[in-house]
Amino acid sequence: MSSTTWRRVARRILSMLGTLLGVAVLVFIMLRAIPGSQITAGLGTEAAALTPEQRAALEAYYGIDKPLVVQFFGWLGNVLTGNLGFSSSSQVSVATLTLSALPVTFELAVLSILLALVIGIPLGMLSASKPDSARDALGQVVGLAGLSVPSFLLATVLMSFLSAQLGFNPNGEAYATLLEDPVRNLRQMLLPSLVLGFGIAAPIMRTTRTALLDVRSQDFVRTARAKGVGARRLQVRHILGNALVPIVTMTGLQFGYLLGGAVVVEQIFSLPGIGRQVLLGIQAKEYAVVQSTVLIIALSFVLVNLATDLAYRIIDPRVRAE
Amino acid sequence: MTRDARVKRGTLSVIGLGLAVALAASGCSSSTGASGSAGSPSPKVGGNLVVGITTDPDNLDPWKATQFQAVNILQTLYGTLTEFDKDLNVVPGLAESWTVSPDGRTVTMKLRHGVKFSDGTTFGSEDVKFSLDKIKDKATAAVSAASLASVTSVDATDPSTVTLHLSAPDAGLLANLAVINMAMLPSESTPQALKTTPDGTGPFTLKERKPNQSLTMARNDAYWGTKPSLDTIEFRIIPDETSIVSAMQSNNVQLAILNDPLVAKTAQSGSLKVTKTAQLSYHVLQLNARRPVLSDVNVRLAIQCAVDRQQVLDTAALGEGEVTGPITSPAYKSDPSARPCPTRDLTKAKEYLAKAGKSDGVTIKTIVSQGEYATSVAEAQNLKAQLAEAKITLDLEVLASDPYVNKWIAADFDAAVALNGGRPDPDGMYGRYFTSTGNLNKVAGYSSPDLDALFAQGKQSSDPNTRKGIYAKVSRNLEDNAAWIWLFTGYTYTVTSSKVTGFVPMSNGSVQYLRSTALS
Repeated sequence: MSSTTWRRVARRILSMLGTLLGVAVLVFIMLRAIPGSQITAGLGTEAAALTPEQRAALEAYYGIDKPLVVQFFGWLGNVLTGNLGFSSSSQVSVATLTLSALPVTFELAVLSILLALVIGIPLGMLSASKPDSARDALGQVVGLAGLSVPSFLLATVLMSFLSAQLGFNPNGEAYATLLEDPVRNLRQMLLPSLVLGFGIAAPIMRTTRTALLDVRSQDFVRTARAKGVGARRLQVRHILGNALVPIVTMTGLQFGYLLGGAVVVEQIFSLPGIGRQVLLGIQAKEYAVVQSTVLIIALSFVLVNLATDLAYRIIDPRVRAE
Repeated sequence: MTRDARVKRGTLSVIGLGLAVALAASGCSSSTGASGSAGSPSPKVGGNLVVGITTDPDNLDPWKATQFQAVNILQTLYGTLTEFDKDLNVVPGLAESWTVSPDGRTVTMKLRHGVKFSDGTTFGSEDVKFSLDKIKDKATAAVSAASLASVTSVDATDPSTVTLHLSAPDAGLLANLAVINMAMLPSESTPQALKTTPDGTGPFTLKERKPNQSLTMARNDAYWGTKPSLDTIEFRIIPDETSIVSAMQSNNVQLAILNDPLVAKTAQSGSLKVTKTAQLSYHVLQLNARRPVLSDVNVRLAIQCAVDRQQVLDTAALGEGEVTGPITSPAYKSDPSARPCPTRDLTKAKEYLAKAGKSDGVTIKTIVSQGEYATSVAEAQNLKAQLAEAKITLDLEVLASDPYVNKWIAADFDAAVALNGGRPDPDGMYGRYFTSTGNLNKVAGYSSPDLDALFAQGKQSSDPNTRKGIYAKVSRNLEDNAAWIWLFTGYTYTVTSSKVTGFVPMSNGSVQYLRSTALS
């Protein structure tokens, strides 16, 4: 690779690190800005009954008696040496928690994106194939529904209906990982990924439609048609192939968000993913859990962005040539 | 958020539960009540019960656990010297009997024989001394340290006898000893080890814990009482109550205790059974009588007369609950009609205001929490509307959970719409609020020499009936001075599948009867 490429890579990595540091500082400050501490989180108004000695003992116990700067750099130093902290409520390290939560969220994100693509791209192609027609309207309506029906509503209705009417509720069973019990795991992933996939299918559908309409009006399409390229081959190879960049961008973006944990859906379907880990951390005011987990989420977001950029190079020769 | 916050508040009702039966009268108690069950015809032995809970316990150390569900789960693992029966009477636990000296300052407890911790060691008086000393030790930061304030020293007289020396008679002590925050731990145990490996004398032992997913208990075959019938209990964490009902409808979960009346209603169809249990915690409009605007008793009485409590309950909480006086525990329950204005009386309210020289009306700064519990804002709005008709303006300040708690703790309000935890023993419930030296008296905003004297009598008396009389006076005194405006108590909803027998819901939310629960 040329030296310019190297420089570009170096700049990219530096900006990634900057982003992560920014996220770390922001989360640290925001957490402290919320009134209350791990003590009031556990005791509620009962904390009023604590004597100063009891309070001091509890503060030392939770490690919140030190100055903020010491707390921050202590935590950051630990993270840099691979120690993400300890969850006093779960009695395991944050690394252990994350190792079990991250795969759940990752699997959910992958399945949701796959479903979203399977729904969104054909629907977008259908809409674009004859703009302002009945089928376009159908696509638009489905897209609008996906955007406007909140996931908590869809999730709750789907679950209540299926379990009350059909007795089908795989998420009521204890959670099984893909390795422990693939069949149960996939059954448990079915409803949540459908709910999430439906929501994400909407932006993907709309992006696909716009991109296809845009590409279709370009000269090379007319040329290809004049050359006698078949309708199907024209649609897929020439038009869709060239419209992929915005679709990939949108998919990457959505995937990044999903890795942040679909908090609501994980909550309703009792999936022990990363979103719930952050939520529980915030509720219990377990600072180390929240800080480290958010940092990991930010890292995965940044990495997905990087992967998306790399994907451009594969699908679009023009980017490679730059 | 709402639900978890409510769980957090529910905690309060558990911290000091106790129905104080007089010390002397309890001296001759038999041991049968402790393990009594609701009685099921022919429970099948064995089976795996799944209980749905909404949050992972915050702490498995029984001395530090505060969260409602953590406390409940620990009841299956640990034992206490005294226990409650289903009506919240104090009955023997690990202490099979006790006697109190005539001056009330020495309590001698006979310990049960043949009790083992789950690690196999035998329970004895050394463990009791170790546990009580540690709970009292400030360095331990035990939640219930204050409950042992009257205990000056503990002697292990012989392997099966302990003697507690008190600084003053303390009729509430036996109830205090029955909470799980007073669990007996083996004398060589360390808090660090107990967090991951509980070691108690309870009917079950911890088999497996998956953070944020589940805790599984296995039957303790060495348990001293009637052996539990269930092989295992899995507490499965399902954060959403609606999802718990779904899981029960598909028979993945067989038992759950819910807070949300609307969700409970959806469970009522089909084979599920829903039992309503009135709670010890109470909804109240706390008044701060130390603020100038409320220092005149007539202003406070005007507020009391201008409120229709049933209306608050109906509009804010769907009528799911009961109008209450100050004391909510069954044996000491206040008569809700024993108050200056048992029903709403606007004429009287206006008279009281005139007596206070405030005929033009008053404005009261009121804090309300949003998210701490579901009905708070609706209660506040209804109260505001009702009081407006008596020229009393509630200036509502709606706050998020944490800022609300901070203001509440600092007593930085004229009035506060609150949901406070109750306790089985009235001394434990209100002594800390309404005696001038109580640690929450600042928050209560009211005390008087009369109340101080009444509470002192209640602590000294060892006769249950005398105590009932004393606390009826306490209750009447609080109402006559309109110290606070007590509104209503809510329900919890115990949902069970048709296969579950032998579970008895308790008004303190305890799940101790899981030990007598069976699956048919």
